[in-house]
Amino acid sequence: MKKHTLAVLVENRPGVLTHISGLISRRAFNIESIAAGYTEEADTTRITIIVEADVIELEQVVNQLSKLIDVIKIIDLTGTDLIHRELALIKVKASSETRPDIVDVVHIFRARIVDVNPETMVIELSGEERKIDALCQMLNNHGIIEIVRTGKIALSRGPVPAKDC
Amino acid sequence: MNGAEVLLEALEQEEVEDIFGYPGAVLLALLDALLRSKIRHILVRHEQGAVHAADGYARVNSKVGVCLATSGPGATNLVTGIANAYMDSIPMVILTGQVSTELLGTDSFQEADITGITIPITKHSYIVKDAAQLPRIVKEAFYLARTGRPGPVLIDLPKDILNQEVKKTASSKMTLKNYKVFGKGNTGQIEEFAKSIANSLKPVIYGGGGIIWAGATGPLRNLVEKCNLPVVSTLMGLGCLPSDHPNFLGMAGMHGTVTANYALDDCDLLIALGVRFDDRVTSGLGNKFATKAKIVHIDIDPAEIGKVVRANVPIVGDVYLVLEELVSRLVPPKITQWWEQIHSWQKSYPLRYEQDGRLSPQIILESIAETAGDDAVIVTDVGQHQMWVAQCYPFKYPRQLVTSGGLGTMGFGLPAAVGAQVAQPEKNIVLITGDGSLQMTIQELATIVQHQLPVKIVLMNNGVLGLVRQWQKMFYDERFSEIQLHANPDFVKVAEAYGIKGIRVTSAQDVKPCLTKAMAYPGPVLMDFVISPDEVVLPMVVPGNAITDMLGR
Repeated sequence: MKKHTLAVLVENRPGVLTHISGLISRRAFNIESIAAGYTEEADTTRITIIVEADVIELEQVVNQLSKLIDVIKIIDLTGTDLIHRELALIKVKASSETRPDIVDVVHIFRARIVDVNPETMVIELSGEERKIDALCQMLNNHGIIEIVRTGKIALSRGPVPAKDC
Repeated sequence: MNGAEVLLEALEQEEVEDIFGYPGAVLLALLDALLRSKIRHILVRHEQGAVHAADGYARVNSKVGVCLATSGPGATNLVTGIANAYMDSIPMVILTGQVSTELLGTDSFQEADITGITIPITKHSYIVKDAAQLPRIVKEAFYLARTGRPGPVLIDLPKDILNQEVKKTASSKMTLKNYKVFGKGNTGQIEEFAKSIANSLKPVIYGGGGIIWAGATGPLRNLVEKCNLPVVSTLMGLGCLPSDHPNFLGMAGMHGTVTANYALDDCDLLIALGVRFDDRVTSGLGNKFATKAKIVHIDIDPAEIGKVVRANVPIVGDVYLVLEELVSRLVPPKITQWWEQIHSWQKSYPLRYEQDGRLSPQIILESIAETAGDDAVIVTDVGQHQMWVAQCYPFKYPRQLVTSGGLGTMGFGLPAAVGAQVAQPEKNIVLITGDGSLQMTIQELATIVQHQLPVKIVLMNNGVLGLVRQWQKMFYDERFSEIQLHANPDFVKVAEAYGIKGIRVTSAQDVKPCLTKAMAYPGPVLMDFVISPDEVVLPMVVPGNAITDMLGR
């Protein structure tokens, strides 16, 4: 089964995210990540959904979601030339001995250190999923205390916005 | 004006005449305003009764049914009925009281998140935060409920909103900019549809409730008669073609006719009109269903197309408009051989039952058909009696059968009959029910008395949960478990206690005289027909097997 990236434009109304996530789980679709945020239009929210599905299932996801009254448009971005990003914040154990090593890793990944104290550091990294996975793996030896990730967001390259696709 | 009055005015704008409901504390402003409104409120005995009554009302009148319940338990008691309406695509607006906005989310007295609870079973829902918005919200709710694929829409009304003084209401202009209603089908696809018919050797129409809701029985008949096409129907589609029409092969599926199922299995062109390939038809085997056929699927809901089976010619649109456009392009196929095959199935496998003088369900149904009149509306509950009705009753018109299809809700019948009789006071409304189903909402007997509704109740009383018992008998070596309704009351006495005429019938020869008397009686009658628990619904598709594998052929 293939992973698909859907951009779902919805009316910015209370409960709309519940409607969408509820429908996806109710219809037993496999959802990998979901990320929502405001857009260039004040009353529109854009939700990026990564869903694992075959072609027939995907058609069902899109058709079912399209029926929701607050859904403006669903665009399957899979196959278009895309920029994918995810943001992660990672809190890792960092003593004076291990700190230089961690700083090295942070530089290699072009990540940023956003908080330091005698025992820990918080590292910020944005990038593709695999890059974040790789950084986490590198930091694992030092002891990761907690991770938060936003889930993938995606935008097509070139001048055409998704809503006009 | 307060919010309650604004609401009622908006409902009147939508030509609402009847609301089925049950009061509660948060509704006091609305109950008070109702005293000054033209809208009639039918007081039921349980909120489930209100929602099923609104459902029955909508099915009979093809209008949006409206029901009302208070917050918390009142609202949650509606849930089964909302799910029922959602499954059968019934247009309905549900009004629920809610605690005051400042108490929302604090677990206050009689608070339930009804919009949250009903997300999966409503087409849309609103929680009103400003009474001035009510005209727009009500207009949108009715529009959503009745257009496209119909369905239930819920409006949650906090107490303070009903009391809110409104000087000037906002515009009632709808703001549903993303909502699409599909009308005409794609012309190229319709041409393909016509070509498919012309080239077919073994076509069959598989018609469902979508035909009824689209008002498409006229164009369907044109199509059928112009091309001499055979028709099978779903439970929801009964009445789309008169059951005595020579092209009608009966209901398909689990308890369908052998001919209908064989035709579906053997056809080379399946014309699916307003159906959703429910597992009671396909036996849950979408990939083994009509495998030799090219499938044309017409539905107003794009999500239904390709959901269960792949359609070769998918057409999203209103069945009425699609068939209208199709008619001019029709070239009748050459299907004499196919009809010979169908007639031979009909001859070999007719619906039959033993006529040994016992009080059988089929005798009751034949007598109802003879005494109730052609325009009688038949309401059923859920179980064996429902399937016997679907198999045997000679339906002539659309909307003549009111039954819970998709959800299979026991207890639907009596309140739905309340709604049907309110919708059609002049018609004979005959409720056919069982002793299990009836007891689930038996309190609504009081509603029919209070509102003087002359519903004729035909109780097929076998003292057991017959359909479950039938499965235990056939597939669990007669290990009967939990199906015995030992403590059944004396239903004649129950009826009489409510002030309803009660008659018990125990022999076949008394059936018709009893029904004749009941139909002539001006008020409600409950007839307690005592039948054997060993009566079974046949034929029957072996569960999990293909639809041609039928017991009781």
